[in-house]
Amino acid sequence: MLSADQSRSLRCLAEMMIPASAEYGMPSAGDDVILGDILQSLGRDTDHVIAVLQTLDAMSAGRFADLDPGRREALAARLRETGGEALMCLTRIILQCYYRDDRVMRSLGMEARPPFPKGFEVEQGDWSLLDPVRARPKLYRDAG
Amino acid sequence: MKDPVDVLIIGAGASSAAVAWSLAETKMHILCLEQGDWMKPSEYPSTARDWEARQLNDFHHSPNRRARDTDYPINDADSPIKIANFNGVGGGTVLYAGHFPRFHPSDFRVRTLDGVADDWPIDHATLEPFYAENDRMMGVSGLAGDPAYPPHEPMMPPLPLGKAGATLARGLNKLGWHWWPSDSAIASVDYEGRAKCINLGHCTSGCAQGAKASTDITYWPAAIRAGVELRTRCRVREITTNEHGMASGVIYYDANGIEHFQPAEVVILACNAIGTARILLNSASARFPNGLANSSGLVGKNLMFHPYARIVGYFDETLDGYRGPGNCIWSQEFYETDRSRGFVRGYTFEFSRGQGPVMAAVHGMQIGRLPWGTEHHRAYRRLFCHRTGMVAICEDLPDEHNMVTLDPVLKDTNGIPAPKITYRLSENSRRMLDHAVARASEILRAAGAQDLWSEAPIPDGGWHLMGTARMGIDPARSVVNEWGRGHDVKNLFIVDGSIFVTSAGVNPTRTIQALALYIADNIKQRLATLFD
Ligand SMILES: Cc1cc2nc3c(=O)[nH]c(=O)nc-3n(C[C@H](O)[C@H](O)[C@H](O)COP(=O)(O)OP(=O)(O)OC[C@H]3O[C@@H](n4cnc5c(N)ncnc54)[C@H](O)[C@@H]3O)c2cc1C
Repeated sequence: MLSADQSRSLRCLAEMMIPASAEYGMPSAGDDVILGDILQSLGRDTDHVIAVLQTLDAMSAGRFADLDPGRREALAARLRETGGEALMCLTRIILQCYYRDDRVMRSLGMEARPPFPKGFEVEQGDWSLLDPVRARPKLYRDAG
Repeated sequence: MKDPVDVLIIGAGASSAAVAWSLAETKMHILCLEQGDWMKPSEYPSTARDWEARQLNDFHHSPNRRARDTDYPINDADSPIKIANFNGVGGGTVLYAGHFPRFHPSDFRVRTLDGVADDWPIDHATLEPFYAENDRMMGVSGLAGDPAYPPHEPMMPPLPLGKAGATLARGLNKLGWHWWPSDSAIASVDYEGRAKCINLGHCTSGCAQGAKASTDITYWPAAIRAGVELRTRCRVREITTNEHGMASGVIYYDANGIEHFQPAEVVILACNAIGTARILLNSASARFPNGLANSSGLVGKNLMFHPYARIVGYFDETLDGYRGPGNCIWSQEFYETDRSRGFVRGYTFEFSRGQGPVMAAVHGMQIGRLPWGTEHHRAYRRLFCHRTGMVAICEDLPDEHNMVTLDPVLKDTNGIPAPKITYRLSENSRRMLDHAVARASEILRAAGAQDLWSEAPIPDGGWHLMGTARMGIDPARSVVNEWGRGHDVKNLFIVDGSIFVTSAGVNPTRTIQALALYIADNIKQRLATLFD
C-alpha cells in the first residue's frame, strides 16, 4: 500500500511519462481511473515502486509532488539516467494499466475487450509468394 | 507406504504425456507424479483485460519471477541465458509457442559430418515413425514440400501468412533465400475435438481456445482414459534404490508438505534437462555418491540451450500487431554447415508477427524508442502495429563446462536443494549469432523496414533445455543407452530433453516427444527382458 503522499508523487510521475493528448484523444496516465488501476496492480512489485518514490522524495528534499513542474522534470530526468530495475518495474506497471484502458484502446483502433473469446482476423496472405522457394532443390543434407 | 506401481513417471510435461499414453496399452499400473496443478484454460490471461500484465507475473516464463507454489527456484545468475519453463500438467507446452520443427538427418550425425560434438546413437529414420505418431496426437499445421526437409505431411493447412508474413516473405524472395510456413502444433482447423486457432495473439501464456497442442489437452486426456493415474501437487525429492542398485521408488512431498514413499518397478524421469538432473543429483546415496546413474560423471553436464537472437524492424505500413498466432514462417537458408561463414552447424530463423499494446510500450521504452512526455503518443503510433521480425535459433554444441549442479544454499519450499546453472556462450555460438543478426538485418531492410533493433543472445531465452543426461552406447560417455535406459540403473529411464546428444538448430519438443514414444516402444518390445 502506498501512502497518500506517495500516491500523489506516483500520479505526477505517471502524468509526466504519458501526458493527456487532445490531438489523439488520450487521457494521461495520471487520470483517476488509470491511477486507480495502477495502485491496485502493484502486486509483487510494490517494494520496487515504493523504492523509486522514496528515491524521488530524497532527491526532492521533501515531497516530489510538491515541487514546481520544472524541478520535477529535472529530477525525473535524473532518475531515468540512473535507471535500474525498480524504475523499470514502475514504468511497466504504469504502461500496463495505461494501455489497457478502454479510452486508450479505442483511440488505438482496438475494441476494448480481451482477445478471448472473439479472437481476431488475420488475412491468409498470398501463398503464390512461395513459388520461387518451391522451385528450389533440396537444402538438407543426407546423412547416410 | 503406498501400494507399489509398475511404472512411475516423474513430471507431466511434453515427454511424460507421450510416454504415459504409449505405455498405457500394456495395462500396467502407471502412475505419474507432477509437482504442479491442472491448468484451467478458462482462466488463462487472454480471457481478461489484464492479459498482457499476467504474462509478466503469474504466467511469466521465468520460474523465479512467476514464483508460484508449484515452481522451484533456479539459480541462473551464472548464465547469460536465463531459464524459462512451466511447472504443471502440460509442463513447458502450456507456455510454448508451438513451433514444431523436426530435426534433420544431419542433426543426428554431427561428428561424422562436421567433426564436432558426437553422433547420436540413433538416426532420423529410426525416429520417423514416432514423429508421425506424435504429429497425429498433437496435430500439426504446415505445408508439405519444404525443400529444407525430407518429405512429411502436416495434417492441417498452414497458419495464415498475414500482413507480417507476406512482408517478410517478399524481403526473403528479393534475396532469393529459403522460407516456408512453419510447422506448428496449433490447429488451423478444428482437430480431434480441439477448436481452431482464432488468432488470440497470446500463445505463450496458455491458449484459452485450446487450439495450441499443450499436452494437458492432447495426450493426457487420452492417457487417463486408457488407465494412467496422474497425481498432481506431488514434488519428488529423490529416487530411492534397493540393495541390488535398482530403483525402488521415489520420495515425494504432497501439497501439504507431507512426505511419502511411492514404490515402483520402473521409474521414468521426464522433468526436463534441469529438473531431471536435479533429481538424479539429489538422489545420491552410499552406493551412488555422485548422484544416481552418474558413473560417467555426466549427469548435469553438457547443458545446451539454443542461443537466440531477436531482430526486429519497424515498418511504415500497418502490420498484424497483436493479432496472432505468433508462429508464421521460418527460414533455413543458413541451417546446414558452411565453414566459409566462420562457424560450424547453423540456425533457423523463425518469423513472428507483432506485439500487444502493453508490450509494444514496455519494449519501446526499454529500447529507447518511446519517450516520456508530449512526444510519447506520436512515437507510440510509429511502433504499435508497425513492428515485425524474427528470432534466430542457433545450434548449441555440448560443452561439459555448461552444467546443472545443486545450489549449496537455495532450496524450494519443501527444502529440496535447487538447481544452479553454469553456462558460457561458446565462440561458435557468438559467431553464429553475429551472422544471424547481420543476415536478418538484410531481410528486414529488403522487406522495407526503416528502423532495426536486435539483441543476441536473448537474455531470458533459456526455454529449450537439453543434454544433461545424454544418450549413447558407451557407459563412460553417456548416462542412458540408445533406448533411454540408465546404464547404471536398469529400471530407470529418461525421456525428456536431457538425453539429447546435440541440440540441432530447431525447437526441440517434437523430437523430445518422438524420442519418448520411441523409448516407450522399446520398453513395450522388450518387456520380458527389460532389465537384462
Ligand atoms: C515460453 C516458452 C516457449 C517455448 N516455445 C517452444 C516452441 O515454440 N517449440 C518447442 O519445441 N519448444 C518450445 N518450448 C520448450 C518446450 O516447452 C519444452 O521443450 C518441453 O516442454 C520440454 O518437455 P519435457 O518433457 O522435457 O519437460 P517439461 O515440459 O518442462 O515438463 C517437466 C515437468 O516435470 C515437472 N517436474 C519437475 N521436477 C519435478 C519434481 N521434482 N517432482 C514432480 N514434478 C516435477 C514439472 O513441473 C513439469 O511439469 C518453449 C518453452 C517455453 C517456456
